[in-house]
Amino acid sequence: METETVILKGHIIDSLIFAKVLDIILQVGGTFDISDIEIGKAREDPTIAKISIQAESPALLEKILQAVQPHGAVLVELSDCVTEIAPQDGVLPDLFYATPHLVTQVRLKDQWVNVEAIEMDLAIRVRFDPLQAIAIPMATVKSGDFIVTGRNGIRVFPLERPKGRDVFSFMEAQVSSERPYKHVIADIAKRMRLIRDNRQKTLSEGPEAANRELGTKVLLVGGPAIVHSGGRDALSWLIDEGFIHVLFCGNALPTHDMEASLFGTSLGFGLTAGDIAPHGHEHHLRTINKIRGLGSIKKAVESGVIKDGIMASCIRQNVDMVLAGSIRDDGPLPDVITDSIKAQDAMRVALPDVGLALMVATTLHAIATGNCLPAKVPSVCVDINPAVPTKLSDRGSFQAVGLVMDSSSFLKELARELNWSG
Amino acid sequence: MRVSNAVDPERSKAQWQNLIRTLEEDAGAELKKMTPIKDLPDLVFTANAGLVHDGLTVVSQFRQPERQLEEKHFEQWFTKHGYLVTHLEEESYFEGAGDLLGFADVWFGGYRKRSDIGAYTVLAKIYDKVILPLELVNDKFYHLDTCFCPLSGGELLYYPAAFDSYAQNTINNQVKEHHQLIVPQVEAERFACNAVCVDRHVVLPAGCDRTMDLLKYHDYIPHPVELSEFMKSGGSAKCLTLALD
Repeated sequence: METETVILKGHIIDSLIFAKVLDIILQVGGTFDISDIEIGKAREDPTIAKISIQAESPALLEKILQAVQPHGAVLVELSDCVTEIAPQDGVLPDLFYATPHLVTQVRLKDQWVNVEAIEMDLAIRVRFDPLQAIAIPMATVKSGDFIVTGRNGIRVFPLERPKGRDVFSFMEAQVSSERPYKHVIADIAKRMRLIRDNRQKTLSEGPEAANRELGTKVLLVGGPAIVHSGGRDALSWLIDEGFIHVLFCGNALPTHDMEASLFGTSLGFGLTAGDIAPHGHEHHLRTINKIRGLGSIKKAVESGVIKDGIMASCIRQNVDMVLAGSIRDDGPLPDVITDSIKAQDAMRVALPDVGLALMVATTLHAIATGNCLPAKVPSVCVDINPAVPTKLSDRGSFQAVGLVMDSSSFLKELARELNWSG
Repeated sequence: MRVSNAVDPERSKAQWQNLIRTLEEDAGAELKKMTPIKDLPDLVFTANAGLVHDGLTVVSQFRQPERQLEEKHFEQWFTKHGYLVTHLEEESYFEGAGDLLGFADVWFGGYRKRSDIGAYTVLAKIYDKVILPLELVNDKFYHLDTCFCPLSGGELLYYPAAFDSYAQNTINNQVKEHHQLIVPQVEAERFACNAVCVDRHVVLPAGCDRTMDLLKYHDYIPHPVELSEFMKSGGSAKCLTLALD
């Protein structure tokens, strides 16, 4: 997608010149955003509109510009972005530019440079030889880094509506428990198959064979309700079949999953009979203690202590796991990263090539992950509390699908859609 | 140039003198004249000298190179006659009162043929006026004053087909329907709209009977003048004059 910004100035509303220019952009085949408009207060005051024009190709963009220029649209004079030096480690210059989660470019030495690792609410660090721009969290800035400030020489690309015909192609921002979800789950399953095929192709033929747009990884962000509600078998099956490649969670999901493996309970409740096991409330603590003694989840699985469940499948399938701790976690498990800055960095390392994010029954981890993802990554948020998918959908992504439903029902239906017989 | 289109110098002088007499004696206008300059025949179309309002003149910046030679002569005339002269300070074409006309509260600027739309943003600031640009879409009507004539009572004599649909809508939004005097095509092509309005008097090219009827119906007194020699160069009564008030 190509873009240019023009300014239209004068008595453009009463003369219908504003409407005419916008009509021309659409008629010639482009789209536009009104980036800024300042309407004159008195009748004699001019109106100034800043219009960002988008077109599929440079040739079409040129055609649109030629069509609108006779009506007074003037190309905005391009200037390089402004940078200032970070005053100290972990502190940005006062006027730092805060990133959106959309594709962003900055102008450096008269060239547009893509901002790498884009994520919302970060700053942009630039380097001049060679030209490079990267989004970085506040905490990682170093004294002397060049940080983009102000708003000049920065352009943000609106999210393109995907061309496919699945559920991710339609704005499904409305989150409701009263909407049918079968077709949504079917589309998620379809995308998971495509990503798995793409991944296998990459593994066998090399990275250049991959469809970069589609991605080669499916990320699951999960909460312990998956285990409590009985979704453990379905999720283990999905992992065993190679449909999940990255797992983000806290201390609880792996703890209760391994509790189930060791004791057949989840938070002390028998998973099959639903009865309260005597002293069952201690089971998860005994589980954590056991794993701590063994050194890691991997060792627990490889030594045969943990024989089944989500963790066992993840270890067997070499799933990339990031366990991020919270305040007053029991234990925690030895794999849990308790430094939240280190945890978010570990999450970022795992995110490139993720083509689908499934966030199931977790509020904090879902929102944290949502904030780390570029807008273009299709995301599904499943929770029985509508507030969670609503918050995720409100991030302004076309591709955020919210489902208000029980996590185990979701995972079971998804697995069945992918031929699980459980 | 075709022989039939060649200008007859004697006849053109007689027609011009008749226009002067009609404006002064019939319409009651007070005229100031400009001395002709050799090799600048289009200097006679003084409507394009610039725009004068409240003693402030913005001189034209012509699109055609041959008319650009006129700019300094017009500027000298204005300066000599005590008008404050300023320039657009912008690389836009602007052909004076030939493209910028209006009523007390709103002005209209023709663009796309000779003047550039960008000029009007600057002019609106200079004169502190609302200027609504109108796109001209018919090559026969290359200046706004060839198809658009605001009258002293708030009516508008004009030919809609000279404008694109946005400009037509703008005119409809600004001028009430019963104030619109729509000139038929055949008379528009005879430059019926290239008329000079002085109070209730309207001096217009001869042979525009329907337009004269329209004017009479709205209590104007039309004065037809024969200007066939000037029409060969694409101008009529209005193009030959410039309002200095």
